[in-house]
Amino acid sequence: MTAETIRITGHDGEEIEAYTARPAGEETRGGVVVIHHMPGYDRATKEIVRRFAELGYDAICPNLYWREAPGADPDDAAATARANGGVPDERLIGDVGGSAEALRALPTSNGKVGVIGYCSGGRQSVLAACNLPLDAAVDCYGAFVVGTPPEGFPLQVTNLIAQLPNLRCPLLGLFGNEDQYPSPEQVNELDEILTRENKPHEFYRYDNAGHAFFSVDRPAYRVEAANDGWEQVETFYDTYLGG
Amino acid sequence: MCTYATVKTELVGSAKGPNSKWFGVTDGTVYFDHPVHAMAEHTLNIDFADPSKGPGARVAVELTAASARELVAAIEAALASAPEALTV
Repeated sequence: MTAETIRITGHDGEEIEAYTARPAGEETRGGVVVIHHMPGYDRATKEIVRRFAELGYDAICPNLYWREAPGADPDDAAATARANGGVPDERLIGDVGGSAEALRALPTSNGKVGVIGYCSGGRQSVLAACNLPLDAAVDCYGAFVVGTPPEGFPLQVTNLIAQLPNLRCPLLGLFGNEDQYPSPEQVNELDEILTRENKPHEFYRYDNAGHAFFSVDRPAYRVEAANDGWEQVETFYDTYLGG
Repeated sequence: MCTYATVKTELVGSAKGPNSKWFGVTDGTVYFDHPVHAMAEHTLNIDFADPSKGPGARVAVELTAASARELVAAIEAALASAPEALTV
């Protein structure tokens, strides 16, 4: 496996930083774009990128806060981005699109690219899948895919209900039943909308787990939910990104 | 949960760190969300920052909800104990 920090072309043709991990060998394989959580492009997210390489995928995570805070510590960069109102949706689509193109340009690419995002990145994974030619998307407990942000919300976030009819690939959703954002009722609503729109989707919902249950370095970590969640991701990507 | 909620305020004062250096603070960002370091699922987080000096010019605090309320009370009590003329 090779893991390194590179530069890619993101939204508006701007160069941004990204972290990539690739298996050894020249066989063709699928690619995975990892969208980091709101706390940033951090060590735990880079471990996830390497795990996808260990699973046999070319993986990449764009640093969504590169423009605000190039070279900063991940937590300082996240604080700066937060104070500035968060990542605009249009820029996110451009940066994920650039990441997907970087994967497809690899000599090992089989042409298929999936996306996965955690926390705020869960919503952004769905957003990307509604706007980009992707082959599979995973939403890990993303808030405000449905539901309405409270009045006076300073971050530039809206729900994605109007965009869901444009979802362009199968969606895997992984949620904790103790989460409030998204709440179990909001997960039900998303499930109903996707069913009504005939969008292929699979949802797995875990008891005794709340938000961020995949986060191995946080008290929210729930080993049972995380282990099963990883198995669902492996199966889902094997189905849609293999070959 | 990931609250996204963020409250910003302008500040006039100073903070110490990083690298044990003092710097002037111009911006405060307050939010209740996941901490980076504190061993709690959610904390009241405060960033004391000077964005003009870059992302690293920041003192970050992550407090449990209960201790954040105690801090608010302590700040109010300290201000109330001083002569009013000094705290306008």
